[in-house]
Amino acid sequence: MPDAPLPPQNHTPQLDARGALAHLLCIEGLPRETLTRILDTASSFLGLADREVKKVPLLRGKSVFNLFFENSTRTRTTFEIAAKRLSADVINLDISRSSTAKGETLLDTIDNLCAMHADMFVVRHADSGAPFLIAEHLRRMGYDDIHVVNAGDGRHAHPTQALLDMYTIRHFKQDFSSLTVTIVGDILHSRVARSDIAALSALGAGEIRVVAPQTLLPRAVASLGGASCGARVFHDLRKGLADADVVIMLRLQNERMNGALLPSAREYFQHYGLTPEKLALAKSDAIVMHPGPMNRGVEIASEVADGQQAVILNQVTFGIAVRMAVMSMLAGR
Amino acid sequence: MTSSPILSPLPDAQAQCEKLAELIRPTLTPNTALIGIFSGGAWVAERLAALLSLPEAPGMIDISFYRDDFAEKGLHSQVRPTQIPFDVNDRRLILVDDVLYTGRTTRAALNEIFDFGRPERVDLAVLADRGCRELPIAPSWCVWNLELPDRKTGLTLCRQTPDNTLFWKVECHA
Amino acid sequence: MNLAIRNGHLVDPKTGLDRPGDLFVSQGKIIAVGAEPPGFRAEKTIDAAGLIVAPGLIDLSARPAPLASDLAAAVAGGVTTLVSPPDMEPTLDEPERVQRLTRQANDLELARLLPLGALTRGLAGERLSEMNRLAAASCVAFSQGKSPLPDTRTLLSAFEYAATFGFPVWLQPQDECLSRDGVAHDGEVAARLGLIGIPVSAETVALSTLITLAADTGVRLHLCCVSSAAGMEMVKEARARGLPITCDASIHHLHFSERAIGFFNADARFNPPLRSERDRDAIRKGAAAGEAALSSDHTPQKQDDKQLPFGSARPGATGLELLLSLTLRWASEENLPLPKALAAVTSRAADILGREDLGHLGIGARADLCLFKADDAWTVAPDTLVSENKSTPFQGQTLLGRTRFTLVDGKVVFAAA
Repeated sequence: MPDAPLPPQNHTPQLDARGALAHLLCIEGLPRETLTRILDTASSFLGLADREVKKVPLLRGKSVFNLFFENSTRTRTTFEIAAKRLSADVINLDISRSSTAKGETLLDTIDNLCAMHADMFVVRHADSGAPFLIAEHLRRMGYDDIHVVNAGDGRHAHPTQALLDMYTIRHFKQDFSSLTVTIVGDILHSRVARSDIAALSALGAGEIRVVAPQTLLPRAVASLGGASCGARVFHDLRKGLADADVVIMLRLQNERMNGALLPSAREYFQHYGLTPEKLALAKSDAIVMHPGPMNRGVEIASEVADGQQAVILNQVTFGIAVRMAVMSMLAGR
Repeated sequence: MTSSPILSPLPDAQAQCEKLAELIRPTLTPNTALIGIFSGGAWVAERLAALLSLPEAPGMIDISFYRDDFAEKGLHSQVRPTQIPFDVNDRRLILVDDVLYTGRTTRAALNEIFDFGRPERVDLAVLADRGCRELPIAPSWCVWNLELPDRKTGLTLCRQTPDNTLFWKVECHA
Repeated sequence: MNLAIRNGHLVDPKTGLDRPGDLFVSQGKIIAVGAEPPGFRAEKTIDAAGLIVAPGLIDLSARPAPLASDLAAAVAGGVTTLVSPPDMEPTLDEPERVQRLTRQANDLELARLLPLGALTRGLAGERLSEMNRLAAASCVAFSQGKSPLPDTRTLLSAFEYAATFGFPVWLQPQDECLSRDGVAHDGEVAARLGLIGIPVSAETVALSTLITLAADTGVRLHLCCVSSAAGMEMVKEARARGLPITCDASIHHLHFSERAIGFFNADARFNPPLRSERDRDAIRKGAAAGEAALSSDHTPQKQDDKQLPFGSARPGATGLELLLSLTLRWASEENLPLPKALAAVTSRAADILGREDLGHLGIGARADLCLFKADDAWTVAPDTLVSENKSTPFQGQTLLGRTRFTLVDGKVVFAAA
């Protein structure tokens, strides 16, 4: 049966008519070349930190608005540093406390900031899809030169985190095609996991595994990553780690630790916490990643977090360069 | 794109590098260092470093992040990392490029170098000067002054694989 | 008044009639089909050349709001009778409110409005409503609309009480706990977009409860907006056992799967959610096999309530004006003969309502008629829709079938310009 024609929103809304990146909303739908180009550009920015003057004039005179409808000082700071190193003017709006509390809608807020001549919005929102709504609104209003970067929307996507994760993997492992990447933890609620799986699949990773109890997996988890490169599901961490090249540990939110999804943090750690003994089942040169902030003793043992195989602080460093790459590619479209 | 008949045969770029090296040689001090601008200037800088037997590898800069036409043209699709393997502070630098034209690339390169530190002196060495300057910039050394008919005619230095021989190409952008 | 409708192509889903012929109406009723009765003198004649003459559509679920614009939309779409669930503004749980609504609807002299009364007071699912008083105020059955009734003890009592007086109960099968916070089908799209899922089990668990309690109490049960293959199967099985159970599905679930959500298209947010392609295909087959009637589940939403992140946007879409065209599209895609397809929105709906005077072209039936041109193409757009709130996932699509005349009780209530 032919599906009724799909509404226009079904096309990847982040590429413009010429296929150039107008917004970074999610990894899904981005061609491999675009991802590779972002990573290549990021590597050029990486050396910047060693200079006397740690900034380049690329975004001089541009206004970048950090719109954090959900608090995250950490992520906001990395975007702020990235924008400032590109010489942009950065305005931080903590909207969770200001306008929405007064009944102003999301799009009212956007209209106001457009009137202030914003050039870029970096958006963090608790609702999946909020940055898409903003990008679609900008298109409808004719603001083609304002760009949106998704800094995390609900459970949906965190594309810059995925890109920095891919940068980290490429830095340590070079070729994706031979890699087994194991993602462990709360996949159900994790925007990082979704974006990582989309990116790994676009970059042609050899095997993508997800490890979690069934309560922390979406029902259709195996379909993530697309039909060609679906994620393999494991409930047993030991089996999921066997011969892995890359281990990505996800943060377990406090509110999920005791309740209907999990009985306790203690029991979770026992089955899904990464300990040196379990890590030994992965390849001896496997790297351990974590998007931060870590819950030591819940998803990861301190010995692993501080161990030789952890590249968690490299991720942070690469994160700045990746965000600079994304912002400069959007602004200079 | 077609080869322009007016300039053929084109001069030998390899020989021009040697000539440029000889012009630079008398001014060399232990404090001198080369910095080539990607991509043509970097190749010339490598040739010069070899010809002048310099102990240090030359620095390589990509001026993509400093271009003044970023707003119109965006980021070059192939940005390479700038690599300056020495401290530029108080050094006598020779900035190397293949072709000097409007001067805008040189301006961007100077800005970028100064973000690394404060050199004692910066000279400019180019193989070719095709005129049409838009900024007050002049080469310290140049081995080939030429006039090209118009802005659509491009002069490009190319590198042949695998022997890394340099040669010129003239192209007409329609 | 005597009315003759000449030169049309008559389609009566009830009898399978499907041929050219004339139709004669007197005093609001059909008095003859085919040959003109002796001595009949038409005071008015409609030339129906090139048009299908069919019973007016019966929409089993429509929340007309604002009332005037949506009743105008109904007749523009060939809908002559619409059933309004009680979760309107205000809630239909007091006889006075029901009377006010029906009086306003009657005064407009457009489509016939049949209200469903609230099964529990304030739809809160705690105390039974005054069903007899509401029935006296013209409620045709009792329902919770889209509000849950999680307390199975109360549900059992409601069924027992309704059964006592022979009142039908209309419920949407959706387990409250399993659907809590959910915004989309718990499938591939929800997994990909990070949306909170509503599993099919939310429907099947509820169906199991409802069917069991209906069997125990003997209540006449109608299930609204069945959305899944498993749900359709359970209804079919219950009907095969001879239980007095019927169901409907919406035109949105008939044509779209979860994939219509694409990248967070809030117009594709529905309650129950659009499900998988397999589920959609089962709905199509169930309706074709006569197991389900079709409704528009017309739930208009203001633009402001849709321009929100997907999970915050309100579910529902306009549908009254799409019911005919989408039934025709389904018929053509499934190669169904017209009488069989139109049965899902006419005679089968009348059977569910227990109304022998509606939904067919038999002699003595009310002259509620829809005269439409089947191959007239039109594009769904804000300026082609009469309904005030225009959000629908069909926006921009070209459909076939446009109503030219709508008659209620023999009176022309809509004539295309």
